[in-house]
Amino acid sequence: MNPLERYAHRRFERASRGAEERLGAWAGIKWAMRYVFPDHWSFLLGEIALYSFIVLVATGIYLTLYYVPSDSQVVYHGSYPLLYGQQMSEAYRSVLNLSLTVPAGLLFRQVHHWAADVFIAAIVLHLMRIFFTGAYRKPRDLNYFIGLTMLMLAILEGFAGYSLGDDLLSGMGLAIAYSVAMSIPFVGGQLATLIWGGPFPGSDSFLARLEIVHVLLIPVGLAVLITFHLAIIMRQHHSQFPGPGRRERNVVGTPMWPAYALRSIGLLLAVAGVLFLLGGLIQINPIWQWGPYHPYLSENGAQPDWYIGWLIGALRLMPNWELVIAGRTVIPNPFWGGAAFPLLVFGVLFAWPAIERRITGDIRRHDLLDRPRDRPIRTAIGAAFLSWVVIVFAVGSTDRIFYRLGVSYTTQIHVWRVGIWVIPIVIFFMTRSACRSLQLSGAHPLRAWQGNVIRRRQDGTLEVVAPSPDQIAPKPTEPPVGTVPGREFED
Amino acid sequence: MRRLFLRWFTHRSRVPRPLRAMLALALGAAWLVGLAAPSSPAQTASTPANGSAAPTKTPLSPGAGNPTKSFPDSPALRAQGFTLYQSSCSSCHGIAAQGTPGVAPSLRGVGPGPVDFYLSTGRMPLEQPREEPLRNAPAFTRTQIDALIAYISSFGGPAAPTANPANGNLAVGFGQFTLHCAGCHQIVARGGITVNAQAPDLQEATPQQLAEAVRMGPYLMPHFDANQIDQHQLDSIARYVLWTRHPYNRGGWGIYNIGPIPEGMVAWFIGLAALVIVARLIGERTDEPV
Amino acid sequence: MSSDDHRTVSRLARMLGGLVAVRAAFRAARSKQVPPPPPQESDVDPRKRVVPSNRRTEGLVALLLVVAALFAFAFTVVYVVLSANTQLLGIAIGGALLLLAAACIVAGKFVVPQETAVEERGPLLDEEQTKEVVGMIEAGGEGISRRTMLVGAGGVASAALLTAAATPLASLGPTLHSLHETPWARGVRLVDDNGRPYLASKIQTGSFYTALPEGKDPEAFGAGLLVVRLPAEFIHLPAARNDWAPDGILAYSKICPHAGCAISLYRYPTYAPTSQEPAFTCPCHYSTFLPGEGGRVVFGPAGRALPQLPLMVDAEGYLRAAAAFHEDIGPSWWGVHRSQS
Repeated sequence: MNPLERYAHRRFERASRGAEERLGAWAGIKWAMRYVFPDHWSFLLGEIALYSFIVLVATGIYLTLYYVPSDSQVVYHGSYPLLYGQQMSEAYRSVLNLSLTVPAGLLFRQVHHWAADVFIAAIVLHLMRIFFTGAYRKPRDLNYFIGLTMLMLAILEGFAGYSLGDDLLSGMGLAIAYSVAMSIPFVGGQLATLIWGGPFPGSDSFLARLEIVHVLLIPVGLAVLITFHLAIIMRQHHSQFPGPGRRERNVVGTPMWPAYALRSIGLLLAVAGVLFLLGGLIQINPIWQWGPYHPYLSENGAQPDWYIGWLIGALRLMPNWELVIAGRTVIPNPFWGGAAFPLLVFGVLFAWPAIERRITGDIRRHDLLDRPRDRPIRTAIGAAFLSWVVIVFAVGSTDRIFYRLGVSYTTQIHVWRVGIWVIPIVIFFMTRSACRSLQLSGAHPLRAWQGNVIRRRQDGTLEVVAPSPDQIAPKPTEPPVGTVPGREFED
Repeated sequence: MRRLFLRWFTHRSRVPRPLRAMLALALGAAWLVGLAAPSSPAQTASTPANGSAAPTKTPLSPGAGNPTKSFPDSPALRAQGFTLYQSSCSSCHGIAAQGTPGVAPSLRGVGPGPVDFYLSTGRMPLEQPREEPLRNAPAFTRTQIDALIAYISSFGGPAAPTANPANGNLAVGFGQFTLHCAGCHQIVARGGITVNAQAPDLQEATPQQLAEAVRMGPYLMPHFDANQIDQHQLDSIARYVLWTRHPYNRGGWGIYNIGPIPEGMVAWFIGLAALVIVARLIGERTDEPV
Repeated sequence: MSSDDHRTVSRLARMLGGLVAVRAAFRAARSKQVPPPPPQESDVDPRKRVVPSNRRTEGLVALLLVVAALFAFAFTVVYVVLSANTQLLGIAIGGALLLLAAACIVAGKFVVPQETAVEERGPLLDEEQTKEVVGMIEAGGEGISRRTMLVGAGGVASAALLTAAATPLASLGPTLHSLHETPWARGVRLVDDNGRPYLASKIQTGSFYTALPEGKDPEAFGAGLLVVRLPAEFIHLPAARNDWAPDGILAYSKICPHAGCAISLYRYPTYAPTSQEPAFTCPCHYSTFLPGEGGRVVFGPAGRALPQLPLMVDAEGYLRAAAAFHEDIGPSWWGVHRSQS
């Protein structure tokens, strides 16, 4: 070692001893440094969500320093000519000011909003990985419930966040949220007026309350749940795919120090980097374009952010059923699409581990994951259920489809009222079929292919040159590594 | 019970897989075609088909004292217009512009505004009377349009309105457009729909066409007179619509300025996709797992 | 339900019946294919440690770090000198972060030692510990004889405390009575968004107007109105509403009774026989209402008709409300007053 390195080494040893004298933490730190992370890339999806959350908190702190949660009406005399002399709330003006006047204000606002969209997208992708690999089975069902709760909170948090700006688009969304709250049977009226402090558009403290929910209550809730989520993972150790050396009772992977820590920090920086690039280069939620919200105004093509899109699809799709008994509206219409539908989806997701236990009778602990193809029924049910939700989501944009492709709006709605039930059935059979054929061929679903190489001769006829590489390779006669007879579950 | 369910749940069929998949697809396609083919007809008007060819709404005058657009007029032009009319318009609108009940309204007394609007935006001639007139390449040259205007104007009607964006105020225009127009045409005039018609985007509309549309209300669009939208407000609306061709995209690429749908696509297919690529670069992939 | 929905339902029934029949046919023919067995534990020892020791890669990492620093410096330059242009700022800081990320990832995969290690999971369930914990907890109650009484009293105290904690919530919200109120009452004049009153004679057929109550809060939910004039052939109001539409001028709440958006679409045909009758449509979920038929719903999810406001023309010709709304405006809820006529 050269003198510089020797010096650094001595200082480092001295610092370590000083910390150990005060904290006695080295045993724990050593455990953390030796902790083994399985390496599959799909295990990083949850980290993408976590790091998006960190970006959200950091940029969010900056935004709270500029936002004014007041709906007192003011007249705008700022720099944006289209709104000069227009009446708007102070909240809207504060966001305008941040976006158009404060240096880097628009950058931070846009990064924050992109981070929210990517955060929830990453959670959904992560949830899909958890489902299709069976990672929600004991002992991880508890963590799965925590994750679903975080997804619900994240969706509410995002909606609250972009509603703070009091622009025309988000104001319309708040009116719809109010109507869904009102539509809850029996108690909807009380609930909605409780939250809004009166009939819509609410009391003058509504925006301040919404800000507290968005800035303090839900973020603290999310932080606490994330802590539990990570702590449980560390206690149980991460699950892993079967492979060389992998057993139910061990974890094979990369230790935290030095490689995994560096890669993870790299992912954090990559998430932040992508979000800042998006925030600088691609515009999101240009509130000056929508104008301020007034209850007597609306615009065509108003949409919520993507993670609420499934609800607008459901609300548009529902026929106009309202349950009225003896003059009392027991079930107003928005309840079906706005409350019953998401509750049903989350209810099924929460209940799924118990449903699967009941069907398969499998109550063992599992630490080895399934490839999706090895559980065709589960994968097919998951694909069908997902397609149901995705189609409802897609129905939310049928107006743009009418506009672009000329298929009438009413026709599309009538078609999809039936289609959302038929297509998932088709998807179920197709997915189950695909899983079984992948099991037999052992091929990678994307990289391998089946078929023949054919060539056109000079005289125009076709000849077979070679069968595909998959067909050349012998079908596995002995089970490849990662299979075992006897512990099979049919299908 | 559970055993039965399990057996049903886990049983496999003898029919070959490709055949089953194709059958499922065919069923789905048949259902889609069956349901989609006879599209629900547009709500038929409750007006009894009493044989009237009078239009249900007529163009409004530009307002007393407001500027109007004058089109060239001469006997020769009218004669040319008459000839063009007979070959292109009379099959629906009648040989003397009196209309055909149940097919097309009378054009007597509509004045120059609607003629200029429908012809210069290519919405007329229309293939089928019940079709929605959509913007198209104009079927006539400017001279021919002037000729047809001269002919139809000879039956009388209000003068054509006009708008001068330079006299308008952007803030006034934004406010008026939001109140009267954005419900159908979207806040930055990117177009929208109603049930069951398209409200076009206004990116190709000229100020003259905008003024004519506002005062006449083409097809299903309502019209607005000078009491409701005065000349200054009309000029401002025209100025705002022209401005929407290049909206203020301080945040970067505007992704068509229609809101959260393209934003969601960017979040998934650019943002999350990039991060999944990074994850695949960081993580390992053994050969057996997917 | 409309006839369209009846058609749809019967089609659905036929299609489902067809699917069931086809599946029954398939079930008659079964094939026996043995699926491969599920995952197995491996006995291979996967541990290894590779030390890359590559000067070129280390140099690459250093280069990435330096370029990242340049980008980060550029952020400050853009902020101070280039008036904080959003796009340049984003490129600068985003680029810096991505380059740092690349440096970390390259270091993490190709510079530092690459190790595959094995850790034992350890059992989670330890029967002994579980029994011991339960025993310890129960030992804490040793010697207590009036257990039931204590538990009961504890339950009562907790319930009371929870109720007390939740009670302040009641002050957060007002009473429900305000849900039935709107600013409109007999005699309130209709004005536009600039405060100018509407003259009945100036209301054009084929146009639509947004009206607000004179002298009242325009932001109130019930304030916005849609005003249209229809020719007699389009007006078919129920008998009880005969005098609600003076001269064919009709007024409706602008707030959609489905989910509270402002209704801002109006279609009025140029030639009714080849197109559609006049109707309002809400841009949120496309509920469509007929102003000529008392706001009846003809498409969309709205569960009740659009509330109509009775109008009158005063002595000077201005439009005024003839009465308050006869039903509630806005979205439905448990206690909503629905229309009687």
